[in-house]
Amino acid sequence: MISLTSVHFAYNGLKVINDVSHVFEKGSFTAILGPNGSGKTTLIRLMNGLLKPQSGLVEVMGRRAGDYGARELAQQMAYVPQSQYNLFPATVFDTVLLGRNPYVSWSPGRDDRRITSEILVRLGLDDIALKDINKLSGGQRQRVFIARALAQQPALMLLDEPTASLDLKHQHETLHLLRELSAGGMTVIVSIHDLNLALKYCTSFMILDGGRLVAEGGREIFKEKLIEDVYKVRVKIITEEEQIFILPVEPV
Amino acid sequence: MKREHEIEKQYSLFVNRKGRFIWIAGVVALILAVTGLALGPSSISFRDLLALFSDSRDALHHGIIFQIRLPRVLAGILSGMALSVSGVVMQSVLRNPLGSPFTLGISNAAAFGAAFAIIIFGAGSMYSSSSDAVMIANPYVVTASAFVWSLGACFLILLVAKRRGATPENMILTGIIASSLFTALTTGLQYVADDVELATIVFWTFGDLSKGGWNELLLQVVIVVPVMVYFYRNRWNYNALDAGDETARSLGVNIGRLRLTGMVVASLATAAVVSFYGIIAFVGLVVPHMVRRITGGDERFLIPGAALAGAAFMTGCDIVARTLLSPVVLPVGILTSLIGAPLFVLLLIKGKGGSQWR
Repeated sequence: MISLTSVHFAYNGLKVINDVSHVFEKGSFTAILGPNGSGKTTLIRLMNGLLKPQSGLVEVMGRRAGDYGARELAQQMAYVPQSQYNLFPATVFDTVLLGRNPYVSWSPGRDDRRITSEILVRLGLDDIALKDINKLSGGQRQRVFIARALAQQPALMLLDEPTASLDLKHQHETLHLLRELSAGGMTVIVSIHDLNLALKYCTSFMILDGGRLVAEGGREIFKEKLIEDVYKVRVKIITEEEQIFILPVEPV
Repeated sequence: MKREHEIEKQYSLFVNRKGRFIWIAGVVALILAVTGLALGPSSISFRDLLALFSDSRDALHHGIIFQIRLPRVLAGILSGMALSVSGVVMQSVLRNPLGSPFTLGISNAAAFGAAFAIIIFGAGSMYSSSSDAVMIANPYVVTASAFVWSLGACFLILLVAKRRGATPENMILTGIIASSLFTALTTGLQYVADDVELATIVFWTFGDLSKGGWNELLLQVVIVVPVMVYFYRNRWNYNALDAGDETARSLGVNIGRLRLTGMVVASLATAAVVSFYGIIAFVGLVVPHMVRRITGGDERFLIPGAALAGAAFMTGCDIVARTLLSPVVLPVGILTSLIGAPLFVLLLIKGKGGSQWR
């Protein structure tokens, strides 16, 4: 689906991603974890083509990401940035319709409007279809941006901190929605800070520290020592009803 | 599927309202254009206007309409379209509501070009006729020089964009630099100019639609029409750009190319106006914001709406310029600023807590 092979990236000589390799399987829901500055956002940007690796290879569907045209890549992969705002007012319908951009030549047509309507109903946004996106709550806006990504009909969806500015309810709603999409066959990759949210909803995990991949795999990778080393916080890992919880104790 | 159909229907009604505005703006522009033909120091009735296309036409009226008023009205339409749509595009590509054809120093570069031709090429000899009319001796040299220097401002932008990236910040800063540079150069030329040259430079900077004839108009058509088609073709991409660079890129838009081409093409359209007619301010700023109040930020409607509203605004201003102190004809540039500035203040005050732009 999407694979990274020995990817390196540096900003002004400062290494941000250092020899990262990983394969994201079709239909997986992967959380990219790590403390601030560990390279999560950079890794996401390397995958969606916003940044180019200085060495190593990023492949999407078996093809180098750099070999895709911008529109072609947008048909395969959707991206939801951490923060975004519209310069001028735009309705929810228009915002989601924008997701059809990779398929539109002059202006969106009847099919594009139909797909948009279907997504709005599917995500429960039909009642606010003609509302201004800039006047919605954070949770609603995030849902609209995911709807726009869905309108791209991608095989892959990348989200940078999708729960960063959401309250507890909307955090769970957003990740629940992403898990549903992943269960439907879409490959979903999120960078996220909350370990417990990630553990509840994601199926695979990558932990970055200082630009290096220090752990990858399923829930079994979470060990108290690993979390302490990466986050510099002593934690307790509790398992209850087959669910793992990470309880922070104190900073190291 | 019933709910989906319902939403599509609601959306169609919503966008049809915006479509209606485009029609209304077109009709208003047409009415003003016809009025512009009829009104002036010598009024011509609508019946006489129609008679011009029959065998019983009046030779004097024919001369007034086809030699003076029609080129002027068409110049107003084309200039209004070019300046307004350039404003819309610049606001979008710069992600700045204050973007306008003047943000990048295009008009200042054109003014310098005119001053340069008047002083260096000696195109500035003028005479006072019996009616004290000021004439530029060699208008083609002045226009060509203004145009070339306008393009010089474009190349400065291109150069910075190539070296430092076509980001909104780089574009705005380059515009400020270009404005200051060309203003300083013009001031320098004015300082060494004699009285006649100085008066000619000042006269050139007055935005006046009477400066051009059919030849200038033809050249303007050759530039402005393809520019309009280009902007119309990319209107959906500008919507993506309004959502932010990262979003636009992830939606398949080549943002660097779109931004750079948009700026250069908008600059070219602006140069095609200011080089021929002088500095016409505020149209590129006030018309996009007026239209945005009605069509919202959707560039699919904003671009054609601003083109027609800009044509109407410019034609309307020119009618006022010709009739306010008749038989004295004021330069339209004075009217666009006199009408545009209070209108812009009104738009700011009426804004719902600044929510119209962020």
